[in-house]
Amino acid sequence: MGDILALLFNTAVFGAALRMATPLIFAALGGIFSERSGVVNIALEGMMLMGAFTAMFVSHQTGMPWLGVLGAILAGLLVGLLHAVFCIHYRANQVVVGTAINIFAGGLTVFLLRYYFGAAGTSPSVATIPDITIPLISQIPWIGRIIGRQNPLVYLALIAVVVAHIVIYRTSWGLRLRAVGEHPRAADTVGVNVFRMRYLAVALSGALAGLGGTYLSIAHLSRFSEGMTAGRGFIALAAVIFGKWTPYGALGACLFFGYADALQMRLQDIGIPTQFMNMLPYVLTMVALAGFIGKSVGPKASGQPYIKG
Amino acid sequence: MDTVLEMRSITKQFPRVLANDQVDFDLRHGEIHALVGENGSGKSTLMNILYGLYQSDGGEIIVRGQKVDINEPRVAIDLKIGMVFQHFMLVEPLTVAENIVLGSELRKGPFLDTKRAIQEVEELSQKYGLRIDPKAKIADLSVGLQQRVEILKALYRGAEILILDEPTAVLTPQEVEDLFKVLRALRAQGTSIVFITHKIKEVLSLSDRVSVLRRGKKIGTKATSETNEQDLAEMMVGRVVLFNVEKKPAEPGEDVLYLDRLSVKDQFGQVKVKEVELGVRSGEVLGIAGVEGNGQSELVEAIAGLRKTAGGRVFLNGQDITDWSPLKIKEAGFGYVPEDRHRRGLVLDYSVADNLILGFHGKKPHVRGGVWRDDKAIEENAEKLIEEYDIRPPVASQPARSLSGGNQQKIVVGREFTQDPSLLICAQPTRGVDVGAIEFIHKQVIAQRDRGAAVLLVSAELDEILSLSDRIAVMYNGQIVSVMSREEVTEHKLGFLMLGGRLEDYRAGEVNGHAE
Ligand SMILES: Nc1ncnc2c1ncn2[C@@H]1O[C@H](COP(=O)(O)OP(=O)(O)O)[C@@H](O)[C@H]1O
Ligand SMILES: [Mg+2]
Repeated sequence: MGDILALLFNTAVFGAALRMATPLIFAALGGIFSERSGVVNIALEGMMLMGAFTAMFVSHQTGMPWLGVLGAILAGLLVGLLHAVFCIHYRANQVVVGTAINIFAGGLTVFLLRYYFGAAGTSPSVATIPDITIPLISQIPWIGRIIGRQNPLVYLALIAVVVAHIVIYRTSWGLRLRAVGEHPRAADTVGVNVFRMRYLAVALSGALAGLGGTYLSIAHLSRFSEGMTAGRGFIALAAVIFGKWTPYGALGACLFFGYADALQMRLQDIGIPTQFMNMLPYVLTMVALAGFIGKSVGPKASGQPYIKG
Repeated sequence: MDTVLEMRSITKQFPRVLANDQVDFDLRHGEIHALVGENGSGKSTLMNILYGLYQSDGGEIIVRGQKVDINEPRVAIDLKIGMVFQHFMLVEPLTVAENIVLGSELRKGPFLDTKRAIQEVEELSQKYGLRIDPKAKIADLSVGLQQRVEILKALYRGAEILILDEPTAVLTPQEVEDLFKVLRALRAQGTSIVFITHKIKEVLSLSDRVSVLRRGKKIGTKATSETNEQDLAEMMVGRVVLFNVEKKPAEPGEDVLYLDRLSVKDQFGQVKVKEVELGVRSGEVLGIAGVEGNGQSELVEAIAGLRKTAGGRVFLNGQDITDWSPLKIKEAGFGYVPEDRHRRGLVLDYSVADNLILGFHGKKPHVRGGVWRDDKAIEENAEKLIEEYDIRPPVASQPARSLSGGNQQKIVVGREFTQDPSLLICAQPTRGVDVGAIEFIHKQVIAQRDRGAAVLLVSAELDEILSLSDRIAVMYNGQIVSVMSREEVTEHKLGFLMLGGRLEDYRAGEVNGHAE
């Protein structure tokens, strides 16, 4: 018993949880922006994958991982725009478009990987973003061992959560974003440009998901491998719902899912199968949707294309 | 008085209808101009064009002497035109203040200046006497208050021309009074108001001038003082409208419906109907008058089997039908026009034909072999009822959603009445229905009575109760406070009883001469 408790509160497990949560946090924030504007984004998975590949590729070509980060953001943004054009301009079914993008991204990254590196499966190892130590915080006992030394992207994710919260709840842009996702016609009648808001939000969503992918290929690992996002885009989506479409809520969900992820390897040792922990995010999302922990209701206009006039 | 707005020869073609056909409209400074017409006559379309939500296919708009091109709401807002929509344009999870400033936010850098927004909303609401809590969430407000927020939204943007699209459709009589006070005060302060409605009484009590639309065409504009109810109704409908249904004296028979100390609770467990004892006889219309929310809805739903009873029994033709399933009750000879036709009377996305068999869809001749739809029979049924009940447009395959309120109601009425039920309950049968259709539905109700049906009529419209009923029951606070024959009743007496007055007191007041 004591062993299990020690395991549950192990600082190494907490540190790993934070790392596992990082790509989820970026993607979940992306999901929040998109859904808050009224566009369902199940393409997060594909956007992350494109980000992960681009980050590796740019880092490989230039040797500068930070340029890779930039490239990944751009790649995500472009995929986001693609999603936006189909969903907003052509009013295609958003779930179908998202699914198509996921399949497309899966295929394209495999193709590019083989084309450039001739290798099936994984890319060569590339330059990564090194971990940094935060001087004072790393001195604090216990806490310091969890967050004192981490990858810069981990810190960036945490900062992004705060910034996203401020943007959504404290700025006029955020007010318009929320209005557009709830009742676009109401926003339209007071002169808010619904289409522009949605384009911006979905592009931003792609950029954030791309950034999430970055962490996988040039921080957590130092290479890209086929399908390396492994469903994290969907888990991020689950975190959005579980976190009731709020940045802090999603952060909590991501940390929890990350924790479950970090724990799973160790729990395997004491006989709890990996699959059980993998299931957790989805089960919890269903629980949240079914309203067991207070109902989780998304933006009202989410998924509905806006038609003027 | 100066003209602040002129719309000239406005035309708007929708894929299937010519919604506005060369309509002229003008608005003077500081007047309330009523825009009336039956549902679907093009009132909203005309005003949506003015607000920049629709683009007209022809015509021009002149605001304060300047020809303008209003291609989006922003332009209208800048021209100080404000609009309160029939379906509110409010974002429910946001606060009152957030909704009011949306699109014209007060900022400190990129940040919302929430404090100042709240302060300005407070000042505005004081200035116009529209009390509201700026920090309240829209979702927590009553419909009347939500409408207040809509008006404040327009005023916050400096509206000098205010358009209200059927603002009274969703309000209780008391809220309507409050709204009228506000509008009169705004007029006194120089706001020019366009007031859309299809209720003639409102036009007469509020407006300075009135314009009438019919099928997209402007029929005329008159000073309100130079017109009357009959005249306006004729302009709207295009023919003489009878306000009082002609009917023979009732020839009531036995009790068809009998309620034996029936009690009903609402979904929160509150007792809404308290031991009601009431009989409705064949061949009579029994009207239940009462301010809404006094248990009428629960009473009706309990009889219809849509709500469990909490005590007492319901008898239909002597048979105890208490808590039977709705379908079984229906089959026992019950016809029902529910108060909310959208939720309980129709499936809006189904065709007119399918709606015309709802509730009877499992029975012959609509089904063959117990399983298969008989499209031909369904079609025939539809054609017959469309013809008989004058449902327009006469297209069986159209979704019910695309019909006007009056015609939707005719679907429900036709479907239920054609079964010749022995008991018929009509709850708010003409709510949101235009003048021509009201007349029609009233005639049909009387025809059912004359056929020998027992009709229970529930209505918040006193006029309707008075003109159709043979006996009138007043419901107050879950109880039937009195049942009178039509002859005993005056509008004034009903009003007194509906507000909880006691008959003894009313009589005493009459004797002493201060019943008023
Ligand atoms: N967006 C639209 N597309 C197609 N037809 C419409 C649209 N809006 C209104 N109509 C049609 O135009 C006519 C006029 O409608 P409307 O202006 O809403 O009438 P009113 O406000 O007087 O009830 C109706 O026949 C209606 O079905
Ligand atoms: Mg209208």
